[in-house]
Amino acid sequence: MDWGSLQAVLGGVNKHSTSIGKIWLTVLFIFRIMILVVAAERVWGDEQQDFVCNTLQPGCRNVCYDHFFPISHIRLWALQLIFVSTPALLVAMHVAYTRHEKKRRFRNGEKIDIEELKNEKMHIRGPLWWTYTSSIFFRIVFEAVFMYVFYYMYDGYQMPRLVKCSAWPCPNTVDCFVSRPTEKTTFTIFMLAVSGICMMLNLAELCYLVIKICMKESRKTT
Amino acid sequence: MSWGFLRDLLSGVNKYSTGIGRIWVAVVFMFRLLVYIVAAENIWKYEHDEFECNIKQPGCENVCFDHFFPISHIRLWALQLIMVSTPSLLVVFHVAYRENREKHHNQQLYRSPGKIDGGLLCTYLISLILKIAFEIVFLVLFYKLYNGFKVPRLMKCDIRPCPNTVDCFISKPTEKMIFLCFLVVTSCLCIVLNLSELTYLIFKYSIKCYLKRYIRKHQGSRSNCYISEISGRNRPAAAGRFHNSSLTLPLNIQGECEKFSVDLQEG
Repeated sequence: MDWGSLQAVLGGVNKHSTSIGKIWLTVLFIFRIMILVVAAERVWGDEQQDFVCNTLQPGCRNVCYDHFFPISHIRLWALQLIFVSTPALLVAMHVAYTRHEKKRRFRNGEKIDIEELKNEKMHIRGPLWWTYTSSIFFRIVFEAVFMYVFYYMYDGYQMPRLVKCSAWPCPNTVDCFVSRPTEKTTFTIFMLAVSGICMMLNLAELCYLVIKICMKESRKTT
Repeated sequence: MSWGFLRDLLSGVNKYSTGIGRIWVAVVFMFRLLVYIVAAENIWKYEHDEFECNIKQPGCENVCFDHFFPISHIRLWALQLIMVSTPSLLVVFHVAYRENREKHHNQQLYRSPGKIDGGLLCTYLISLILKIAFEIVFLVLFYKLYNGFKVPRLMKCDIRPCPNTVDCFISKPTEKMIFLCFLVVTSCLCIVLNLSELTYLIFKYSIKCYLKRYIRKHQGSRSNCYISEISGRNRPAAAGRFHNSSLTLPLNIQGECEKFSVDLQEG
């Protein structure tokens, strides 16, 4: 049980997405989840053990680490990925509900091909359009919120080499050294760039859906 | 054997749940199980190694850690997830029992083994009540064991063999507190979902029961209507008497009887 389960859930949604949605899903899995699991987790793996302060005072290191890293980058990314993937579940639930209704009508005597129903690709129109666009909107909001939280919490996206700490029980202002700051900065900027790309893809998909529905409406009226 | 088993269990339960039940499964899966495995477990991984006391006395750190954390947050969280998901097994077992019975008797005994009615409804309601109870019990346990949901940076410890009151520092207290708040919020959300589902099911089946009884009564008096109308054609006074005595019927049934008699006359 891990990110693979999320992949199984989102893979089902892939069938009913637009082409841009499919690209977004690919970028999410390859450039965010996979990078997080195979690379980023190792870079941050030893973050507290290798966080060294220039003092022997017991407790000073713990307190300073907690002060500068209230929540680790790696955990924040994991939460961001979970929150950003969740709106796709709305679409999956809507599709499941529509299929359930069609099956009920089939049981009540209407002629529907059950095999075709299972493999049917739902077209994004009507109520599904609203669910789909809301899910994209929420994705954009969550991405933006998490990018802002990162910026606010760590004063930018760069990992400093040295932080000066004077929280009790440190006897005075001590120098504390972060482990692998350059590697961490590289990955932070990489994840930020990919978040930006995902946001652009979501915005493009939103615009595409809105323009498509406007054109359809104008064709109906003319 | 790992969390994959719980994931498969939850997916199996999804089939026999109501709409709200499916939302509950999604919340447990995405916001509790997945967050636990990919994020929370790693925070508490080295909690003992990183727990530091301002003393060199051997054994003091061990004793103080054991005193402040009789059972680690993360283990309590795991137990809560397991206990809260388990009542759903009752529903799965009951459906399996129904299917077995149908196979054994080689005929259809139920409209659909997975449909929530009759005995399965009781099992479903019991599973909901148990889920709510477990959630509340664990939240209360968290609160009582750790004096609230805060994780302090510093704890003072004076248990033997510590020679005096020593300062002990917990690792990553802020991060732990953030995830504990997340746990509390999602637990409360799950309690609300379970309560709504319970209310919805009780309300739905009470209305169904009431309507069934009402329709049975109505069908009973409708056949009385028919008999009195047939006799009423030959004896108009009797029909009139029927209408006069129909004060005991609800007004719309009286109206139905009159409509019925009009239909008969036109037919």
